[in-house]
Amino acid sequence: MKKVYSDATAALADLLRDDMTIMCGGFGLCGIPDELIDAVRASGVKGLTVISNNAGIDGVGLGKLLETRQVAKMISSYVGENKEFARQFLAGELEIEFNPQGTLAERIRAGGAGIPAFFTKTGVGTKVAEGKEVRDFDGEAYVMERGLFADLALVHAHRGDTEGNLAYRMTARNFNPMMATAAAVTVAQVEHLVRPGEIEPDHIHTPGIYIGRIVHVPVREKRIEQRTTRKRAEAAQAAAGGGAV
Amino acid sequence: MAWTRDQMAARAARELEDGFYVNLGIGIPTLVSNFIPEGMSVQLQSENGMLGMGPFPYEGEEDPDLINAGKQTITALPTTSYFSSADSFGMIRGGHIDLSILGAMQVAENGDLANWMIPGKMVKGMGGAMDLVAGVKRVVVVMEHVARNKDGTESPKLLKACDLPLTGTHVVDLVITDLGVFTIDKKGEGGMRLIELADGVTEAEIRARTEAAYTVALD
Repeated sequence: MKKVYSDATAALADLLRDDMTIMCGGFGLCGIPDELIDAVRASGVKGLTVISNNAGIDGVGLGKLLETRQVAKMISSYVGENKEFARQFLAGELEIEFNPQGTLAERIRAGGAGIPAFFTKTGVGTKVAEGKEVRDFDGEAYVMERGLFADLALVHAHRGDTEGNLAYRMTARNFNPMMATAAAVTVAQVEHLVRPGEIEPDHIHTPGIYIGRIVHVPVREKRIEQRTTRKRAEAAQAAAGGGAV
Repeated sequence: MAWTRDQMAARAARELEDGFYVNLGIGIPTLVSNFIPEGMSVQLQSENGMLGMGPFPYEGEEDPDLINAGKQTITALPTTSYFSSADSFGMIRGGHIDLSILGAMQVAENGDLANWMIPGKMVKGMGGAMDLVAGVKRVVVVMEHVARNKDGTESPKLLKACDLPLTGTHVVDLVITDLGVFTIDKKGEGGMRLIELADGVTEAEIRARTEAAYTVALD
């Protein structure tokens, strides 16, 4: 079975439909499957429910699907920096379900692991727990949260082999590994496509069983949301936290 | 007189201990990393999926794949490890992080915390705040003592009960403001206790600008 597709459009062609639920990896603009998002936009499917920690920024990442009004609902934890998002939300055009970040991550992990629900302390006594079962375990209150499973997951990895084994790079890992496990079909966008065996088996983060399709997208440009730096002269003082690299 | 942002951060740094794993929120809490005492081993956690966070990169060495929870470019250290956001919050929820230092809009005398939404305003989401306050062993809030309103008046932020939507209930252990330091007996009946005054601040001034009931236990 061939998992490698020539490009994002070909990989998604027969998978996309209106009103489907799509998980999309990334944290901020870090580790987002941008080429796959572009292909979803070009397809014109609409009424989407998108599960993603953030919603991109104007004109970048999921921001592109908001511009074209293809998203009906977002399930996210933080949607800070997106004017078009704010406009649609305040106008009642876009539904949003906020989840605590760790609850969102665990709901996805649980969904992929066949766990329909779990109990967590996070959110007890807050709006998040409203309408949900709260149960005592060993004298402490916990709220029940449901696992999440999507029709389609779009993930980004640094390296992938033709079998679909993936390895992520630094903090671009974020939500990608859980999302890869929690959908009927997962499509991976990889910066480097390699032969099986080239990724040390001990260093594979996502085993190929979870990956249905894979697309090689060499890096063009990666956007930085908050560029923060220090001057060379500050090096001597910057040892806080253990020293420079 | 009151404490500056840096002085508040320096006071918060006194809560650090050798060997601690710590999560710092955005704003004044981030400044705490500048006051880690020499020779003390403190590993900073970034909830997107990193332990052992280094300083900002030199200009030209920014890596888009290496950011903190505030989406700022950062660097790695020899002690650094990376993991998924699910592992990261397992670490938080499971009580493995020693200390969380974060900002707040309101804190109540029973340890309730509000810091994520104001009804009627655009809500951006709670991010990881609810997970952190529910899961981390000890929670320290660093904030201005009062909120300054647009009309020039001020509103207390240390309250009998929060009126903004809560981030967590019975979660705050210590509050550091520009005027002083308070402990909270978050799981018991001990309430809020004023333990330190900022430089040049009187107890009477704090009394006038605090709605919460507290006892005084200055050294």
